[in-house]
Amino acid sequence: MVEMRKITKEFPGILANDQVSLVVNKGEIHALLGENGAGKSTLMSVLTGLYRPDGGEIYIEGKKVEFSSPKDAVNKGIGMVHQHFKLVQPFTVAENIMLSIKGLKQIYNLKEIERQIIEQSEAFGLSIDPKAKIWQLSVGEQQRVEIIKLLLLGAKFLILDEPTAVLTPQEAKALYTTLQKMAASGKAIVIISHKMNEVMENTDSITVLRDGRSIGTVQTKTTNEIELAKMMVGRNISSTTGKTLSAKTDILMTLANVSALGDNGLLKLKNISMDIYKGEILGIAGVDGNGQKELAETVAGLRSAKQGTIAFCGKDCTKSGRKKRINLGISYVPEDRMTTGLVTDLNAYENVALKSYRKYPGAFISWDKVKHDSEQLIEKFDVRLASMSNPVKMMSGGNIQKLLLAREIDSNPKLIIAVYPMRGLDIGATDYVRRLLIGESEKGKTVLLISEDLEDILSMTDRIIVMHGGEIMGVVKPNETSREEIGLMMAGKRKVGLHEA
Amino acid sequence: MKHKLLGSWEIKKTNTSSGLKKVVISVTSIILGLIFAGLFVLLTGKNPLELYTEIVQSSVGSIYGLSETIVEMIPLALCSLGVSLAFRMQLWNIGAEGQFYMGAFGATYFALFFSGLPKLVLLPLMLLAGLICGGLWALIPALPKAFWNVNETISSLLLNYVAYLWIAYLVYGPWKDPKGNNFPLTKQFSDNGTIPVFGNTRISYALFLMAIIAVILFFILKYSKWGYEIRVSGSSRKAADYAGMSYIKNVLMVMFLSGAISGIAGMAEVSGVLHRLQQTISPGYGYTAILIALLARLNPISILLVSFLMGGLLVGGYSLQTSGFPSSMVSMFQGSILFFVLAGEIFNNYRLVRKKA
Repeated sequence: MVEMRKITKEFPGILANDQVSLVVNKGEIHALLGENGAGKSTLMSVLTGLYRPDGGEIYIEGKKVEFSSPKDAVNKGIGMVHQHFKLVQPFTVAENIMLSIKGLKQIYNLKEIERQIIEQSEAFGLSIDPKAKIWQLSVGEQQRVEIIKLLLLGAKFLILDEPTAVLTPQEAKALYTTLQKMAASGKAIVIISHKMNEVMENTDSITVLRDGRSIGTVQTKTTNEIELAKMMVGRNISSTTGKTLSAKTDILMTLANVSALGDNGLLKLKNISMDIYKGEILGIAGVDGNGQKELAETVAGLRSAKQGTIAFCGKDCTKSGRKKRINLGISYVPEDRMTTGLVTDLNAYENVALKSYRKYPGAFISWDKVKHDSEQLIEKFDVRLASMSNPVKMMSGGNIQKLLLAREIDSNPKLIIAVYPMRGLDIGATDYVRRLLIGESEKGKTVLLISEDLEDILSMTDRIIVMHGGEIMGVVKPNETSREEIGLMMAGKRKVGLHEA
Repeated sequence: MKHKLLGSWEIKKTNTSSGLKKVVISVTSIILGLIFAGLFVLLTGKNPLELYTEIVQSSVGSIYGLSETIVEMIPLALCSLGVSLAFRMQLWNIGAEGQFYMGAFGATYFALFFSGLPKLVLLPLMLLAGLICGGLWALIPALPKAFWNVNETISSLLLNYVAYLWIAYLVYGPWKDPKGNNFPLTKQFSDNGTIPVFGNTRISYALFLMAIIAVILFFILKYSKWGYEIRVSGSSRKAADYAGMSYIKNVLMVMFLSGAISGIAGMAEVSGVLHRLQQTISPGYGYTAILIALLARLNPISILLVSFLMGGLLVGGYSLQTSGFPSSMVSMFQGSILFFVLAGEIFNNYRLVRKKA
């Protein structure tokens, strides 16, 4: 049993954890639920020895412990699977796991390590080939490697940070089956999440954090989603988007037989043909890494098409780069907010200028005007920040995304490409972004929404294209399809009787 | 993190640092650097305080010393302004020395072969030639960087030796002064090819050039669209691409301008101070410039200030020779100061606080 008592952790200007207590029992799956910036990650960083708390105590099996480094935490049986896996791509599964084994001898027995991996993987249904190289594995398989690594290190308490964010629905289901087996064998598991339905289905108890404070711990059986939502945000949120389906017919953009290479030089978009209609929200569903990012970049003008043609408003723009596409009115909210969409070392108004700086006549930027416009933008889109002159990296995740969206929408674009715009956001911010994008489409803007979250895709879009392996698997209407049908297409099964997209 | 060494104190990260704190940290670091270097002076049996007094007196203690310090400051500041521009875009141009030599080469060509032109034509021509030669020299590492992402650090550094040997070839060979007693130098520039000086000092009017370039750079970086693009590209190339800024174009332009400013420094040195080209025209201005740019945190105005200090140190170093030290002793002082200033950086981001009981 792990007990954290009145943990307090302060960062300059932010009280990330304010006397948070958490009890996780052996044999249970415990969810840590909360909005972004609620303090979930901080609390777990304290538990894994990454941060030293400013106040409070940690007890493991009744004994008080103090961690001065992550190593101490590992020695006490605490292990964490991070959102971004820490694996060496060219190494095999066994070699990766070997790296973290304590006191590995200079001359080691690889066969023995491989045997242990197979033993652990069979015990919990984590099928994996110890000889496979990491880069050959899917995201779900890589996650299994991380879990097996922790098990071999003797972890009794496993923490998983947003474990299903990158998985297909089928993979997520398999993961929870595994976790339940592990819990049954006496391990304690903590899931950091903000997906309520998932937490409701798969956990035993739930602790909700809000604004760095613990709101309470509830048994999953005795609660419901509405109660949890109230605990998380402190206000009522309706889950319906109020979206009315519309069938548009005016073509805004056409991609004809477009192919493009990925960053690694391999073909990532294969012969894509599709129309985007004016005023619609077109959803692109698919598991991460199946060409959606490349599609977005090709439409945005950041990636050149190897083959095929692209036309916008009836004019060919295949060869035009990003700058020209910006001028055509193509806004882009990229997947990677922190290094692509925004410059996190620069402050808020300098980031707003990223789109508008060209409009000033002459060689100079009127920073007074930029500041003034930014102030209005920040007020209009309800972006919360301490000061416009602070680097953007000091803002919270949700507000960073709001700032990015505000900039991209305010430039009055014809097309808004939004890639995983809700990823990593809390309920409040997710709800905001949903309404914002739907609102823009009602104003006549066209939205290309790329998401792996079927909930969002089904509730927000007018039309859905499903991608797999760089190809279009099918085009469906949200009211004429089911999760199962989309799930199958995401897994690579082509829709029968596929018509032109 | 817990460290036994710190006892009841601990290090906390802060994201803000006040201006006063920065100044205090910088000054303390420099003093500590001098104390550290002084230990080595002590080992030789000399009193470091006397040595430092000597340096201060010879560099700023007299009108002559002060004027010599300013003479050294001009090439240091110009080269440093040049490299700082590239550094802003995270382009590690450490070829200022070579760009300086090539600038001097371009200027000398016109000074030698068009010596009959009137001053008002010849000097601008020499300036232009220095600027273009320095700029083109910096473009050589910039092209492979821009198109194939070849590391510019190594290529710009290695080109320094090429430039140095090219000048050596010229002054030992075709451009050697026939009446120069076989010394490796060109003949003296005609009066039309020299920049005027202030009174009877050796300070040339290139001082104005330096000040103007510093101010222009300050405004470009702070207020212009291009300066903004440089800052964005320096922070994140992905973001620059995303915003439709041409990374390739900016790499080429920034590197050209960076080299051009060092080229101007080379022109100002041969035309304003030496009045001829010779094998050694720089005691490593292009390298010291890197140090200055970093100490000044790439701020053009701070660069002028730090260049003045480093110029003083150079002049002081020359005077050390009379007390039996090599002038290269100054390199040790510079190294020691840089070491402490960079180590002191940590205090801008961290704070030592007493642990709560």
